[in-house]
Amino acid sequence: MRLPQRSSLKRPALAAGSVVVATSLLLSGCGSKASNTEAANTQSCVDTSGPTIKVGSLNSLSGTMAISEVTVRDAIALAVEQINAQGGVLGKQIQVIGEDGASEPTVFAEKAQKLISSDCVAAVFGGWTSSSRKAMLPVFEGANSLLYYPVQYEGLESSKNIFYTGATTNQQIVPALDYLKEKGIKSLYLVGSDYVFPQTANRIIKAYAAANGIEIKGEDYTPLGSTDFSTIVSKVRTSGANAVFNTLNGDSNVAFFREYKNVGLTPQAMPVVSVSIAEEEVGGIGVQNIEGQLTAWNYYQTLDNPVNKAFVKAYKNKYGANKPTSDPMEAAYVSVYLWKNTVEKAKSFAVKDIQDNCAGVSFDAPEGKVTINGDNHHITKTARIGEIHPDGLIYTIWSSPGPIQPDPYLKSYPWAAGLSG
Amino acid sequence: MDVLIGQLATGLSLGSILLLAALGLSLTFGQMGVINMAHGEFIMAGCYTTYVVQQIVSSAGVSLLISLVIGFVVGGAMGALLEVTLIQRMYDRPLDTLLVTFGVGLILQQIARDIFGAPAVNVVAPSWLAGGVEILGAVVPKTRIFILVLAIACVAALAVALKASPMGRRIRAVVQNRDLAETSGISSRKTDITTFVIGSGLAGIAGVALTLIGSTSPTIGQSYLIDAFLVVVVGGLGQIKGTVIAAFTLGFLNSFIEYNTTASLAKVIVFVIIVIVLQVRPQGLFTVRTRSLV
Repeated sequence: MRLPQRSSLKRPALAAGSVVVATSLLLSGCGSKASNTEAANTQSCVDTSGPTIKVGSLNSLSGTMAISEVTVRDAIALAVEQINAQGGVLGKQIQVIGEDGASEPTVFAEKAQKLISSDCVAAVFGGWTSSSRKAMLPVFEGANSLLYYPVQYEGLESSKNIFYTGATTNQQIVPALDYLKEKGIKSLYLVGSDYVFPQTANRIIKAYAAANGIEIKGEDYTPLGSTDFSTIVSKVRTSGANAVFNTLNGDSNVAFFREYKNVGLTPQAMPVVSVSIAEEEVGGIGVQNIEGQLTAWNYYQTLDNPVNKAFVKAYKNKYGANKPTSDPMEAAYVSVYLWKNTVEKAKSFAVKDIQDNCAGVSFDAPEGKVTINGDNHHITKTARIGEIHPDGLIYTIWSSPGPIQPDPYLKSYPWAAGLSG
Repeated sequence: MDVLIGQLATGLSLGSILLLAALGLSLTFGQMGVINMAHGEFIMAGCYTTYVVQQIVSSAGVSLLISLVIGFVVGGAMGALLEVTLIQRMYDRPLDTLLVTFGVGLILQQIARDIFGAPAVNVVAPSWLAGGVEILGAVVPKTRIFILVLAIACVAALAVALKASPMGRRIRAVVQNRDLAETSGISSRKTDITTFVIGSGLAGIAGVALTLIGSTSPTIGQSYLIDAFLVVVVGGLGQIKGTVIAAFTLGFLNSFIEYNTTASLAKVIVFVIIVIVLQVRPQGLFTVRTRSLV
């Protein structure tokens, strides 16, 4: 009886003692460094003395987003491999530190912090969902480091510490609406998953529609992962809309397009324009269910130019002939080259030098020439409407006259006034 | 009028899908009291069985019918393995079962991801199920009619098996009073395994049917698991009748509320209704009257 009592008394005392010691150690540590924390914030620990330079690749390799983000990691690895083969950046070989964001925004933030402060990387490439980007933004701004984000998103954001190499809304959604208007579409039905991207996209679509005389026949959201679309499809069917604008994400698309086809709706009678279906997703939906439907992106595997042919060939050689290339992958691939070109222009890996020299840096990308906009850190992109063919690939049927200047806040569009507020 | 017919058909179809997903669970959870969180992954196994069979047998129609049988066998085999290796050791620890089977579910998902890849795979629906049937202005996809017929067939087969066969009698006896059944010479061990195999096999069949309307991906099971548990809880444990009625009630509720509101709001309203129902009838709509003392 007595022994356990004694030991149980002793343990907390010991623990408390060690806490005191640890705290005092911590405090003294802080004290000695307190004078130069300001400097530590702006002066990163990036080591540029050796023959290599470290960068981070932060993608979800597990969890629900792994489906898409693994391909982004592969595209980043391909770009790094090519750059290293050509002699690296400023004579240094790039060394990639890979981290798993695990489809969790909080993990993304933690891993970003780790890459910046303990791996001391010069820049980080990755992220997919808007929530992961929003979680990482304060980390990159706080440590004054750089993130290259490769996915189309809902706009209304611009940070000096992020380079956005995917499309913002005026390079994807607005041109898609221009296309539909040009085709004489008078009414639209909006279907989307219930989260930030579709909701914001649809707000923009409604503002555009109101200004251009397009009637919105209905607007429906389903929870992410929803698998039953019988009610929504029957609403769409009886609505008499000319076309459907689809911002559904993930597996929901499979159920939606199967139901759509089975109730007898066709791309001829009521086309569906999707903004989240790329080459990768067509296979899972089943090409027989989605053949003839439209997509809006900036890049398709089928683009006919020498740069793209070389990119597709290199990708398939490295990862397998049956792996398609898609828009987010291309944007990730481009982001590494844009970083390299900016570093070479600035002749420095320092964040401030990159920020000061980024304006006008361009790259001959598979999607065509892209140029960084120094004001909002987005890049110029050509918008393309594609049609899904029986071979599972997407073919361009319309493209914008040239690369579109990024306008994340839609300031140059009078009808969009008030959207960013 | 065609809206009413259309939503009636949708509700009926949704109900039959819920019923198919929940029928196996009404045995393993409802009758045996095992909280099997891997039930959804048995459904997923059924989905992938259909995919694999379709890769071997190229005719989509024939492969679907073969898959129904193989799906039952695959689901049942996985159930047997899970029961023998893990669940039988923790019949008196329901919370441990919950955690363990949840873990097993995660493992099965990852296995599917490693074998078939993370993106959804494409299962082609047979040509005789393509398109829809027009009923008074509303179009009902043939795939949904097939699922309705299949659900009815499964319920009928299960009801006959439980009512008329010696095995069914043993299952009912063990459910009603385990101790008394054991003293009457029924091996409750054997009965438990049989029940679990049938329940898991039904999940496999559900998986085969669900490839017709949804995607075949590693996480497909999770989207049906919660709904399946809801149906069984609302229907009342221990009775097939309750599961059937609860499935169709939830199906109709969901389809009509969703038509008049939105999909997200419909889910919320249906959940609120379920909470209220369970407040009034904590045992669910139907309860088994047993003579056991617990």
